[in-house]
Amino acid sequence: MQQEVVLAMLAKEPSHGYELRARLQQALGPAGDAMNAGQIYVTLGRLEKAGLVTCEQAAGLPDRPDRKVYVLTADGQQRVTEWVTDTSWPGPGLAEFHLKLIAAAAARLADPLAIIDAQRRELLRSLRDTQRAAMAEPAGSDAALLLEGIVLRLQADLRWLEACERKWTGRKDRS
Amino acid sequence: MNETAGPEAAGGTPVLRARGLHKHYGKDAALVRAVDGVDLDVDAGETVAVTGPSGCGKSTLLHLLGGLDRASAGEICLAGRRVDQLGERALARLRREAVGFVFQAFHLMDELTAVENVELPGLLAGQSPRAARRRAAGLLERVGLADRAGFLPSALSGGQRQRVAIARALVADPLVVLADEPTGNLDSEATLDVLRLFDSLHAAGQTLVIVTHDARIAATADRLISMRDGAFVDQTRLTGGTTGSLGALAGLEG
Repeated sequence: MQQEVVLAMLAKEPSHGYELRARLQQALGPAGDAMNAGQIYVTLGRLEKAGLVTCEQAAGLPDRPDRKVYVLTADGQQRVTEWVTDTSWPGPGLAEFHLKLIAAAAARLADPLAIIDAQRRELLRSLRDTQRAAMAEPAGSDAALLLEGIVLRLQADLRWLEACERKWTGRKDRS
Repeated sequence: MNETAGPEAAGGTPVLRARGLHKHYGKDAALVRAVDGVDLDVDAGETVAVTGPSGCGKSTLLHLLGGLDRASAGEICLAGRRVDQLGERALARLRREAVGFVFQAFHLMDELTAVENVELPGLLAGQSPRAARRRAAGLLERVGLADRAGFLPSALSGGQRQRVAIARALVADPLVVLADEPTGNLDSEATLDVLRLFDSLHAAGQTLVIVTHDARIAATADRLISMRDGAFVDQTRLTGGTTGSLGALAGLEG
């Protein structure tokens, strides 16, 4: 599991491992079915070693096996902020961007609409460069076919960003 | 006197200028604000793309700018001249002489050949048949269809029909070409041809305003305007490079 995703789920507030898992399940739905609790704990262990989270023993729950509360360190906070504002694409996928918006809103790290906007500009730049390259290809070139594939993917990504924008605009109005 | 004021003022007059543009339909509870307070300046030689979801008012805006429809309120200037208060005849003349239109569905006359479609506006404007034909033939050559001049639209592909329509839009050497979803009915290859053609028009200094939800057009315009609910919500000039390379986008790296 990607470390930044787990870090970002912690950005809202210090949490137990099972709370992180519940948040991810809520955000991902069936797309998160393959994710198991073990992966989250393994990732948390790595993050702790890397100094990005610390772990505190929670008082008052002596019988629970999971008594640890995980907290972001300053370095961890920094990593999350970088991740939220990173616009490289294609990144590890749709789920990551989706979680970025959710984490940014939950922890008030950034305005989800601003993230969508920055991402759209980045995708449009990629589309512009690819489209210009395609326009410069002679008719029937092999490379043109590959460029068309990139263009179609970027268009699909941009359409999904439109859907993200509609959704998060609605949420903003309600809150 | 400020010495730079003159040239700056001359160079700064936009080809197309709109202020406080509104178009409302219906009234009271059923009032629809299709265009709701738009300000726009388009400079000479600039390609501006207006994007937004269906129903955001972008087509209505284009119709107002080209004098196909009248605004409920606001001003429109073409080359510094107010056109929103013109009478019907003057408006029709303006549409014929100063504005070129390109539509999604091409709007060619089915019973006329490609060259006859292109020369028609010139003939209607009183040009001699000979001059109109010469002009039309030249424009068809410019859009890469010299060898299709005698074809009926039904014998042309969608992309070719749209290029004929673009040639027709250029016939009066218009101040501005207004295009409404010009690639909406075209496949990838034909879209590429139309984009190449717009690019060559841009290189030749033609001013273009294109409303579209085709991101390929939006991405290659000089300026990109996002429209929602009848108003402009964002304007972008896509300057600077991408953070990734084409190789990364193709999946070769990372």
